[in-house]
Amino acid sequence: MTETTMKTTSDQTDFGNYVSLLKPRVMSLVVFTAAVGLVVAPGSMNLVLAFASVLFIALGAGASGSLNMWWDADIDRIMKRTQDRPVPSGKVSANNAMLVGLWMSVISIGMLGLASNWLAAALLAFTIFFYAVIYSMWLKRSTPQNIVIGGAAGAFPPMVGWVAASGSISIEAVGMFMLIFMWTPPHFWALALFMNEDYSKAGIPMLTVTHGKRSTRNHILIYTILLTPFSIGLAFTAIGGPIYFVLSVALSLMFLTGARKVFLRSEDGAIEDNYLEERKLFKLSLFYLFLLFAALLAEASLKSFDLNLMAWPQVF
Amino acid sequence: MTDDEIRKIRKKNNVILGVILVAFVVLVFSITVAKMMGGATMEAYDHVRRPQLEEIK
Repeated sequence: MTETTMKTTSDQTDFGNYVSLLKPRVMSLVVFTAAVGLVVAPGSMNLVLAFASVLFIALGAGASGSLNMWWDADIDRIMKRTQDRPVPSGKVSANNAMLVGLWMSVISIGMLGLASNWLAAALLAFTIFFYAVIYSMWLKRSTPQNIVIGGAAGAFPPMVGWVAASGSISIEAVGMFMLIFMWTPPHFWALALFMNEDYSKAGIPMLTVTHGKRSTRNHILIYTILLTPFSIGLAFTAIGGPIYFVLSVALSLMFLTGARKVFLRSEDGAIEDNYLEERKLFKLSLFYLFLLFAALLAEASLKSFDLNLMAWPQVF
Repeated sequence: MTDDEIRKIRKKNNVILGVILVAFVVLVFSITVAKMMGGATMEAYDHVRRPQLEEIK
């Protein structure tokens, strides 16, 4: 190899940087919720096809993450939380991030269609479009309701998993969608409360920036209250049951208590302990969603062993 | 970054990419086998006998 060719490619980057383009932590949540959606759906699915479906749903999520990093490189560079991402830190060029995102979208949608069905693939395509175009390119920088509507992108994976396994959308799939959709705003606003400086520097109209922290605290409480019926209501669908019910009631009470604490606090009090309650609420929200989906998984496993309560009311 | 370091990184990247490509081939093959075993249709819509196309004896 000549010296000149070596010089021109001296920006050789480690493979790991391409992996971080896909937002692995978000992907892990997508893998989990999509897998739960797939497992709790009626009917049985070949194990290889089920594995492939979850893999390509996760890759689709990764693709939208990559497109998001390409588009948001300018604001990621300003925010402390995102400064080390591959594009703003210069490890991967913005153009490459876009190419990875586009190609991975094509591959994941096509392969999901082949492995499961084309309705699931179409839903995945819509999810990527929603996250990359509707959320990243449009809503994020234009309205304080950005994450309320943008939350839909994160809410689709269990529904895609459900459709991959069953071939159709039903009330249970919509129920899982609504659970994540309603959960997203209090989850992100709790984060925004202690990361406000970042968003304000980058000029993103988060609720904390446009309407202030007082209003955000009110919104967190209201949205947590609105989330509760969706969370507990899922217990009375075909995928719910007593385990899910008990857990959803307990977790909802904890989430409501945390949201109330955040609501009652003054900004001075929050600064004094460095947003301790807000951080706690953020962490709790992660456990909340994880445990509720784990409970759905537990219900499905019990049902597969015929260990379900026949008398459990199914309202929806 | 020295030439040697670049070579090392490039080699590592190529090996990883190679493994991913092989895994992808295995996956596509497995999907095909699974689909066939599940009784997926192997014929397109027009794979039926069409008398109008047959020669009249």
